[in-house]
Amino acid sequence: MSNYIRMWSALGLDLKAHDALLSILGSAYQDIFLSQKNRPEGMKYFDFVMSEVHGLRIKELMDAKAEGRIVVGSYCVFVPEELILAVDGVSVGLCAGAEFNFEGAEEVLPRNLCPLIKSAFGFKRGLVCPYVEASDIIVGENTCDGKKKAYEVLSPMVKDLYIIDLPQMKSDTGKTLLKEEYKKFIAKLEGVSGRKITVETLKKGIEIANAKRKAVKRLAELRKADPAPISGLDALLVNQVFFYDDPLRFTNSVNTLCDELEERVKKGEGVFPKGTTRILMSGCPMAVPNWKVPMIVESSGAVIVGEESCVGERGTQWFTEDKSETVAGLLDNITERYFKIDCAVFTPNPSRIEHVKEMYKKCNARGVIHYSLQFCHPYIVESGPVEAELEKSDIPVLRIETDYSQEDAEQLKTRVEAFFERIQPG
Amino acid sequence: MRAAGIDIGSRTVKLAVIEDGTTVLARKALTSHDPLDAARTLISGVMYDVIVATGYGRHLVKGHLGCPVISEIKAFALGAKAIHPPCKVILDIGGQDTKAISLNDAGEMSKFEMNDKCAAGTGRFLEIMANALSYTLEEFSRAALSAERAEKINSMCTVFAESEVISLTAQGAMRHEVALGIHKAIVSRSTALLKRIAPSGEVFLAGGVAFNECVRALIAEELNRSVVVPTDPQIVGAYGAALHAATLEEGKGVK
Repeated sequence: MSNYIRMWSALGLDLKAHDALLSILGSAYQDIFLSQKNRPEGMKYFDFVMSEVHGLRIKELMDAKAEGRIVVGSYCVFVPEELILAVDGVSVGLCAGAEFNFEGAEEVLPRNLCPLIKSAFGFKRGLVCPYVEASDIIVGENTCDGKKKAYEVLSPMVKDLYIIDLPQMKSDTGKTLLKEEYKKFIAKLEGVSGRKITVETLKKGIEIANAKRKAVKRLAELRKADPAPISGLDALLVNQVFFYDDPLRFTNSVNTLCDELEERVKKGEGVFPKGTTRILMSGCPMAVPNWKVPMIVESSGAVIVGEESCVGERGTQWFTEDKSETVAGLLDNITERYFKIDCAVFTPNPSRIEHVKEMYKKCNARGVIHYSLQFCHPYIVESGPVEAELEKSDIPVLRIETDYSQEDAEQLKTRVEAFFERIQPG
Repeated sequence: MRAAGIDIGSRTVKLAVIEDGTTVLARKALTSHDPLDAARTLISGVMYDVIVATGYGRHLVKGHLGCPVISEIKAFALGAKAIHPPCKVILDIGGQDTKAISLNDAGEMSKFEMNDKCAAGTGRFLEIMANALSYTLEEFSRAALSAERAEKINSMCTVFAESEVISLTAQGAMRHEVALGIHKAIVSRSTALLKRIAPSGEVFLAGGVAFNECVRALIAEELNRSVVVPTDPQIVGAYGAALHAATLEEGKGVK
């Protein structure tokens, strides 16, 4: 660790606070991940990534910057990684998953705001996120009102905040807006990086992003097996690391893990006994290190077999078509791909319910836990109709609304256990 | 065969022992700062063949007694159904949680709702408000029943509602009218939870708050549905856990 102190200082981190954060993270990781039984060998890579998430990976970012590449930080799956890769940039998801320095965040934001936004501000204002500090551009996006307005407050605190506007309806005008916004984003990326996006670089970017998606889709496919070859916590971790890691190395590591899981499935081996209650999670994203609800679920006798979430299939299920020989044509393909994302900021958003039903069937799940972050109005409001529609199709649903604190863990456990009592046979 | 159920609630620990389906013993004690000790004291000297724990302290007791656990939601569903067989809808207002549970035609738990993590709309809320008005719990309910109109309490947060109550009394509001306002607030909160999962049908009211006559009357009025209250609404969860224990012993297991 100590090798990194100079780097962290150079990035302007508050070393004492940062140490405290790493120590909490380390012990949480030990308790939640390393204590699991029957973990695949392939998870060792992800353990390593997590142990070096503020170390080696940041050094890689700094090395990339030294080579003249740019680092682009973002908070949302609507920011196209393909475009960042096409200027040879490094795309990173920014820290927003822990209750850290909320007092600092609440100095500039209202208390009653979603924990994801407060967390991003807590990290920034507490000077403990090396990713934010290393970013040449931070990309905000107009998804929910909370984020949209919070970016106005964030803007003077960071070097270069760039906002992508997003449509709220899946209409032709909505699609045109998205495409125009991506076009402007290309100009921004080209301006800051000094590199031009060509058909060749863009195809390369699409290829890298698609390979990542293909690998996590392969992982999703393997989780259909009973017994599940991997825990939901570990699979979530892979989906979380998706946002941080070097894309090529990530893809290889996921594929290596999947090779091992394939063997497990063939032999009928799993992390929990065959017949363990299978749960599909649906709703708000769980950013690192937000592992609270999956941990409660999997320590209460069930296994999570899928995530209908931005950190999960909502963010990864579609590929970008690479058939076109012009940048404009490829941009059309990118727009088509991202326009399919069924985030709850869209109204109406019927494809999401269809997708949950599809995943439920595909994963052989027994119940759906709808996860909302407190004060996340789009998902909380949508949870009512989603629940009603799913129950109508005989899919049992438990709705949970929570934040990043641990104080409601017991209440959540009671609900989760009662839900399992409801859906378990006999 | 004697089967026992222990329900470690946030405010009260309840123990029920049944033999051939009949309750042979029912005991209660305050949970205090040491729920495990309270549970131990409660079961000391009690004879039973099998015990199941429920309530928020169930996992704590499980670790010490090595007994199976069920959630209090399931325990209340089992207990209510046994006490009142036609039961389809249960509203349990406890010390720290409010739960609404609906049962399907087979009498199995189908949906449930619980209050959010704060104490709004629970027994603890009533206790704090009674205290803010210098009433005992019994006086509090009686005073509310005697009021002809209610002061409206807008805040459902226990902390904010307490300040609201204090400022109302400072403005010279009648104490018993404030008391009725508080009872109305908790009832509207609980019935909203209930309506979400069971829009119609008779309501089985359980939990310590069911002892409160004003709450009982207001729930019936607010819902315009009949409300059934068992002789001891507080023991329902422990009784349900005991019933579950009995079936475990018989090797059947119930849902």
